[in-house]
Amino acid sequence: MADAFANRRQSIPAVLNPFQQHALVLAGQQVLSDGQASILQTLRQEGAEKFKRATRPGRKVEHWKYTSVQALKTYESAGWATPAKLPEGFCSERLMTLNATRLVFVDGALDAAASDSMPAGISLFSEADSLATQLISSHLGKIAGSVDPSRQNLFAALNSAWTTEGLLIHVAQNVILEKPIYLVYISTGSNTVASQRTLVVMEQGANAQLIEHFLSADSDLADSCFVNTLTEIHIGQNAQLHHTRFNLEHESAAHVGAVHVNLMRDSVFNGFTVSEGSKFKRLDYHFNHCGQGASLRFEGVYLARHDQLIDYHTCIEHRVPHCTSQQVFHGIVGDKAKAVFNGRIHIFQDAQKTLAEMNNRNLLTSDSAEINTKPELEIYADDVKCAHGATISQLDDTSLYYLQSRGISPSQARMMLSFGFVNELLSGLPVEDVKLWLENWLRHRFSEDRSLVSETKPSGNAGADL
Amino acid sequence: MLEIHELFAKVEGKQILNGLNLSIKPGEVHAIMGPNGSGKSTLGNVLTGRAGYEVISGDASFNGKNLFDLEVEERARDGLFLAFQYPVEIPGVSNMEFLKASVDARRKHLGLLDLSSFDFMKLARESSQKVSLDPAFLKRGVNEGFSGGEKKRNEIMQMMLLEPSLCILDETDSGLDIDALQVVAAGVNAMRSSSRSFIVVTHYQRLLDYIVPDYVHVLSQGKIVRTGDKELARELEAKGYGWLEEEGV
Repeated sequence: MADAFANRRQSIPAVLNPFQQHALVLAGQQVLSDGQASILQTLRQEGAEKFKRATRPGRKVEHWKYTSVQALKTYESAGWATPAKLPEGFCSERLMTLNATRLVFVDGALDAAASDSMPAGISLFSEADSLATQLISSHLGKIAGSVDPSRQNLFAALNSAWTTEGLLIHVAQNVILEKPIYLVYISTGSNTVASQRTLVVMEQGANAQLIEHFLSADSDLADSCFVNTLTEIHIGQNAQLHHTRFNLEHESAAHVGAVHVNLMRDSVFNGFTVSEGSKFKRLDYHFNHCGQGASLRFEGVYLARHDQLIDYHTCIEHRVPHCTSQQVFHGIVGDKAKAVFNGRIHIFQDAQKTLAEMNNRNLLTSDSAEINTKPELEIYADDVKCAHGATISQLDDTSLYYLQSRGISPSQARMMLSFGFVNELLSGLPVEDVKLWLENWLRHRFSEDRSLVSETKPSGNAGADL
Repeated sequence: MLEIHELFAKVEGKQILNGLNLSIKPGEVHAIMGPNGSGKSTLGNVLTGRAGYEVISGDASFNGKNLFDLEVEERARDGLFLAFQYPVEIPGVSNMEFLKASVDARRKHLGLLDLSSFDFMKLARESSQKVSLDPAFLKRGVNEGFSGGEKKRNEIMQMMLLEPSLCILDETDSGLDIDALQVVAAGVNAMRSSSRSFIVVTHYQRLLDYIVPDYVHVLSQGKIVRTGDKELARELEAKGYGWLEEEGV
């Protein structure tokens, strides 16, 4: 067993490896009420089937080429997390203070005491009324579902197999949510497993801001938690969503997370993702441009240090004409950490006049850090604009000199520039308090630990002006 | 203030300064003019200690210290300031943060206490108004998306905040329209004092109508070939640099 998943030939009936077997055992342990079962039974069964049949991660599988799932062996006998009671003051210390509707989930279960009351349109799957039930059955598990099956993330299938509860956010036609929705997902437990499912349905002309924040309880309560999350988002015609997702769990955590988005005609998705590496972290974003004029702007920041791993796979399917997508990701990788950014853009033959841009910049701060950046473009239309760029670099000598020439020490200058390298993307965040919180968090991260600061000496004679 | 003696320096293996001598006393304004490639920008870069600009021989003493013994940031803290010909854009680092870090470093070196954020903000706003920059620029990334004129005014604002004793303006007037030029010149003139000196590197005599120099030097092939007063600049503007070379000075 070199790998948690052996990559076997498809012709031989696949034998489930221990993690898979155990994952299905865990699904079998879940108890559903009759109400939940009526909504979720089919999803669960189909999820389990897909999970069994899915291509196993391994070096020979393109979208698992750089990331080993070895770390998941730890969970071959893990049990479901039992939500712990959060310590006094946890929420005020660790969460953002926002003028928002806050809902806190601990290991997949709503913590009512820490949450605001749910406004109209938001409900748990288990408390769904008839409209909510209808929305769940028409959207859950079906968003971005038509993406090339061989590329589907098996963990999204597992998430379906594990779904007993979830949150539905329904923003009705032409409704503009005044307050952002702030979803907090906290992990507790030791070597435990948890699952989280969220469905967002934005009707025509709706407008909302959603912030998803993943974190771990303090290390005495949370150690080596495995979390599988899936957020599905349907953005109806002319609707707009700002979506921010923070993956800032403890580094002992393992997280497989996905965001699946369908964009209908003239809709707008503005996304921002921030993550810090951990023992194992794989984040998949799938976007389907289903209606003409849909536009996507997506920015991301990742930081990995120590021996962390962070793996981003984004996949944009341009199916129809006149859509746009712009992606910018900046990452800093230090120590012996490893990061992956794989950006796939698929422009279908009919998707003329598509404008797609993708840019990934990386700063390596140590010789043993590793970054794998791969643009993956498939373009079948002949009248499109598609640009991509990927760089792995050091700090700019001229910028360093400029700061030093103003009296700033090289050490401080390097910290400012490394911080600036990721901070420059924060201007895209729409909620000012979120931006300030994140800026402070980053500032703290850069000042407490220099492993994310590029210390490489300037190479000397670059860019001489006579 | 500054004594440069027989300075030879090279960049990327190419010798650019060939025995330059220059003596600047407190309160003086020296203009340096010269054709492209004569070493004007190299002089500023060598004096501030930019990597890649290598001193071959000669020395420079700044307020009694050997300049070449000091690191880039030490020279700045000691009061040497270079207004860049091409100020650098640094997205992600706010102008305010950058200015505060610079001023803190200089004040610490002078044995002064850090300014509180509130006091600094006030000071920075006042300075930005003096150079007609909207204080909103303070929140943006350093020079990020600034026009050419805005970048140069930002340089002058930094100079005001850092209160250096020797200011080198490296073609600060290049590419400026007349309004921006007047703002820059007014900023410089407001800072002139009996204890502060300036080296004004320029291609154009026009600037010297606004910042009137005590001396004008002509730099050619890495050394000063002629020194005069402001009238020399007019002569150069009218006749070009060719006549100096023909005279074989």
